[in-house]
Amino acid sequence: MIPGTFAYHRPTTIGSAVALLIELGEDARPLAGGHSLIPLMKTRLASPEHLIDLAGIDGLSGIARSDDDIVIGAMTTQHSLIGSSLLSELAPIIRETSLMIADPQIRYKGTIGGNCANGDPGNDMPALMQCLNARYALTGNEGSREVLARDFYLGAYETALAAGEILTAVRIPVPAAGHGYAYEKLKRKVGDYATAAAAVMITMAGDTCMSVSIGLTNVAETPLWAEEAGRLLVGTKLDEGSVASAVAAAEAITDPASDMRGPADYRTKMAGVMLRRALERARSRATA
Amino acid sequence: MNEQVKIDLDRAERTEKLQGMGCKRKRVEDIRFTQGKGSYVDDLKLPGMVFGDFVRSPHAHARIVSIDTSRAKAMPGVIAVLTAADLKPLGLHYMPTLAGDVQAVLAEEKVLFQNQEVAFVIAEDRYIASDATELVDVEYEALPCIVDPFKSMLPDAPILREDIKDKMTGAHGPRKHPNHIFEWQIGDKQATDDVFANAEVTIKEMLLDHRTHPSPLETCQSVASFDKVKGELTLWGTFQAPHVIRTVVSLISGLPEHKIHVIAPDIGGGFGNKVGAYAGYVCSVVGSIVLGVPVKWVEDRMENLSTTSFARDYHMTTELAATKEGKILGMRVHVLADHGAFDACADPSKWPAGFMNICTGSYDIPVAHLAVDGVYTNKASGGVAYRCSFRVTEAVFAIERAIEVLAQKLSMDSAELRMKNFIKAEQFPYQSALGWEYDSGNYHVAMQKAMDTIGYKQLRAEQAEKREAFKRGETRELMGIGISFFTEIVGAGPAKNCDILGIAMFDSAEIRIHPTGSVIARMGTKSQGQGHETTYAQIIATELGIPADDIMIEEGNTDTAPYGLGTYGSRSTPVAGAATAVAARKIKAKAQMIAAHMLEVHEGDLEWDIDRFRVKGLPEKFKTMKEIAWSAYNAPPPNMEPGLEAVNYYEPPNMTYPFGAYFCIMDIDVDTGVAKTRRFYALDDCGTRINPMIIEGQVHGGLTEAFACAMGQEIRYDEMGNVMGASFMDFFLPTAVETPKWETDFTVTPSPHHPIGAKGVGESPHVGGVPCFSNAVNDAYAFLGAGNIQMPHDAWRLWKVGERLGLHA
Ligand SMILES: Cc1cc2nc3c(=O)[nH]c(=O)nc-3n(C[C@H](O)[C@H](O)[C@H](O)COP(=O)(O)OP(=O)(O)OC[C@H]3O[C@@H](n4cnc5c(N)ncnc54)[C@H](O)[C@@H]3O)c2cc1C
Repeated sequence: MIPGTFAYHRPTTIGSAVALLIELGEDARPLAGGHSLIPLMKTRLASPEHLIDLAGIDGLSGIARSDDDIVIGAMTTQHSLIGSSLLSELAPIIRETSLMIADPQIRYKGTIGGNCANGDPGNDMPALMQCLNARYALTGNEGSREVLARDFYLGAYETALAAGEILTAVRIPVPAAGHGYAYEKLKRKVGDYATAAAAVMITMAGDTCMSVSIGLTNVAETPLWAEEAGRLLVGTKLDEGSVASAVAAAEAITDPASDMRGPADYRTKMAGVMLRRALERARSRATA
Repeated sequence: MNEQVKIDLDRAERTEKLQGMGCKRKRVEDIRFTQGKGSYVDDLKLPGMVFGDFVRSPHAHARIVSIDTSRAKAMPGVIAVLTAADLKPLGLHYMPTLAGDVQAVLAEEKVLFQNQEVAFVIAEDRYIASDATELVDVEYEALPCIVDPFKSMLPDAPILREDIKDKMTGAHGPRKHPNHIFEWQIGDKQATDDVFANAEVTIKEMLLDHRTHPSPLETCQSVASFDKVKGELTLWGTFQAPHVIRTVVSLISGLPEHKIHVIAPDIGGGFGNKVGAYAGYVCSVVGSIVLGVPVKWVEDRMENLSTTSFARDYHMTTELAATKEGKILGMRVHVLADHGAFDACADPSKWPAGFMNICTGSYDIPVAHLAVDGVYTNKASGGVAYRCSFRVTEAVFAIERAIEVLAQKLSMDSAELRMKNFIKAEQFPYQSALGWEYDSGNYHVAMQKAMDTIGYKQLRAEQAEKREAFKRGETRELMGIGISFFTEIVGAGPAKNCDILGIAMFDSAEIRIHPTGSVIARMGTKSQGQGHETTYAQIIATELGIPADDIMIEEGNTDTAPYGLGTYGSRSTPVAGAATAVAARKIKAKAQMIAAHMLEVHEGDLEWDIDRFRVKGLPEKFKTMKEIAWSAYNAPPPNMEPGLEAVNYYEPPNMTYPFGAYFCIMDIDVDTGVAKTRRFYALDDCGTRINPMIIEGQVHGGLTEAFACAMGQEIRYDEMGNVMGASFMDFFLPTAVETPKWETDFTVTPSPHHPIGAKGVGESPHVGGVPCFSNAVNDAYAFLGAGNIQMPHDAWRLWKVGERLGLHA
């Protein structure tokens, strides 16, 4: 629980942060809230020699609407996501999910950018961002680009971030008015990562499901966007048969690790149970 | 106002002012604890202090081919690196354990469990020490390991303890196999076997009380400071038993006992984890003696969970024999005890399986037999009493689960079965089949009160309805009702059967009244959060009529406190609490002589009245304890030595036997395996109640730990001997969110042999709580024919039960 030695840098612009990351290479890491990185350092699973703190850079936090997107700065804390009236109004699933992350102390420090960039399948935001079809704004040596959350995750702790690149914001298409939503998370206790979790966004016309998007947390090396499961539900009345086949399709794409939360078969089935419950709750919330 | 009312009011006021026994006095230690002003070992900073850290084995079982410390020693800031080769010439590479075995301080030829200590790096700061551990190059040759204790004694099992492989007689008799530690038997085997051969009904179940860890919030730590000029060693540490540590340090280091000063400052929880001696203590002491500067060692969380004493790991094959009507006739238990790599259990020396023979519980069972086999495995050592007296949680778990199994076999309500077999009030003092003399109890009354309070009948009716609804597919929830009626054995103990390394298990109190009537009192015990500073003062307040706020309690410094065996096994109130009352009574007797002299009457003419001696029949003629104290120093009666103080070393005539009735109502979601405790009711009888608020706090804490143990807390190993989940990410420490709401209640049946009738309560809720939760889970699934469901009852395991029973679509 004693980290190795490291140097601390606090650049004030994105440009200098990127330059530092490029110059120091492999041995450097951006530091946001530190609540994923520092635990890894304390157990020496990570021993970066340089930490580039992003906290001194202006303009990296805040939540705003920009045309059809909600834009959330990377350094926005989970605590601010919970308090945002804009999010409560336009995309309340973000608040619901944030409330299930860790505990208040951690949420005061932990950021959405760190949560999304970390690449740990246990993080809750990535599957939610896939469910919401968010785009990540990345800035690097070569300038800026956008990557879909659905394309960003390549493996455990492996993402599309290029060397020296920093995630500056997430852009979320404003969800349709009247949508239903739910994030269902099974965990052993407060502060635990999910045994399995499911994010559901849904729109209904009468009892018919018009669109649905499903994200799954911590049941594979990456977050999962359950595209096929969603497809099986569109146009249905979310009857037991359709739900069962969607659940089966979602379970089929999982490949969880066996750990102290339970063996793989359990976690797969829990992804199914969470999805089933999230669908039910999302449907009950949809108003159109 | 009439005269009598006035007198009564005055007496009530004087009593209240004392804040003595029976009052909800606020915990005085909380003033500093809640402000972050406690003073723990890691708060200690001494000039020139250096820091140690361990190189630990990645293997569960391996031969050490070589250790090369040169790279580490070359690192700037590194002062020394100790290995077994350095300790061996001092005879310190092994240390004696409390269980009569030896334990490696630093591994010499082999490592026997993952994270075992291999080298100790001492450096100028904590970070350098940690960095340098990575520069010690150890070459290992991996060996096959034993994780399953049932495989320890197979003929072809690898021999773990080569250091004692030819020593086929251990501290507790012959060893049957090189991996066998002891066999311990008690009871009448022949008579028990006969009862079983002829019984109408028998049950047999292997009940596992799985391996877990006491996990105090503060880990184990020490600071050793050797003064080379004076030849004196001061050792600060997280010691539940500081005096015993001093004696052990003296015996193994050769330093005379008076030149060793052991100090246990504030301790952040112990729960049995801080009774034994650890490699870190020894290495900090050796380091300081060699270097002449203070050496600090502070364990981190993962080290604490994976290397210092674990608890439980008892595999208990439990049998009951009974009549068709449910009268229990006999009990037979065989325990396979997994002790890990060394036998470092912290039990009184003659009790290798602790007080497991309390396993006949609260029932009048005519014959019984218990056999325990201890074995070595490639796991960390320990087997300490985690918030219980020695192996008492295990014993109560065995009987309270077995009662449920028997009830089911008899198709009888398990509360009724208990009622039918309880020891009756008039049978006390009761001689149990396995050798104990229970001091007092009133079990039927306690059980009935509990059943009435929770509405037991209605709950069973509700459960019956829910079961039907479940069968009809209307609910996916199972309702379980857990019962446990426990009897503990605490307060070790009488010298005739209790000692630790030959030191009899007395305890002590020294009370000194100052001339102005305030008090300092010191005890041989050591609080780790129990609130001793509050409660001992209440005993003295009542005994001597001095306000508790004028009494300071001090523990933990071996130079100033009288010798005692420390705090664990709920022994503080039964033993040191008794010593406190007896010492106070010695003072009171002297005070009475002084008062008689002051009032110019005969001693026999005086009577005690709350805070004063008064002349019988003349209540206006009195001397308060405060006035007496002044006289004791300044105007004692002729020929009486001045001063007002007393010491008592109390050797208890018997243990005490607290008991209680617990009920748990649980709802389990079969689809996720998540269990929710709807209600938990705990009735405790700990005899005389010194401070009801502290009792309630202790019950809350003990129940929370019981909940944790039953519902998910575990130290697990994979088949390679890798320790799993040894961090708070996985190790289940419930937060306030998960913790059920506790309802507490009580009856009072004083201990007849204790000076104030108190029995101890800190561990009861844990002992009674674990089986209660497990019984609730088992009860929930019982109607589906689930059979015995082993702990821990975390969600995935309960989901697996549902799978096995075909409950999932
Ligand atoms: C006890 C505990 C429980 C937790 N439980 C949960 C939980 O239930 N669910 C959950 O989702 N999370 C949980 N977390 C993690 C927490 O939410 C973290 O705060 C979050 O994962 C990372 O955010 P951060 O700002 O702290 O990032 P940091 O820890 O600072 O960084 C994480 C990683 O991302 C990189 N990084 C950070 N920001 C950027 C950026 N802008 N661009 C590029 N790379 C960047 C860092 O270099 C690092 O590799 C828990 C943490 C703890 C300590």
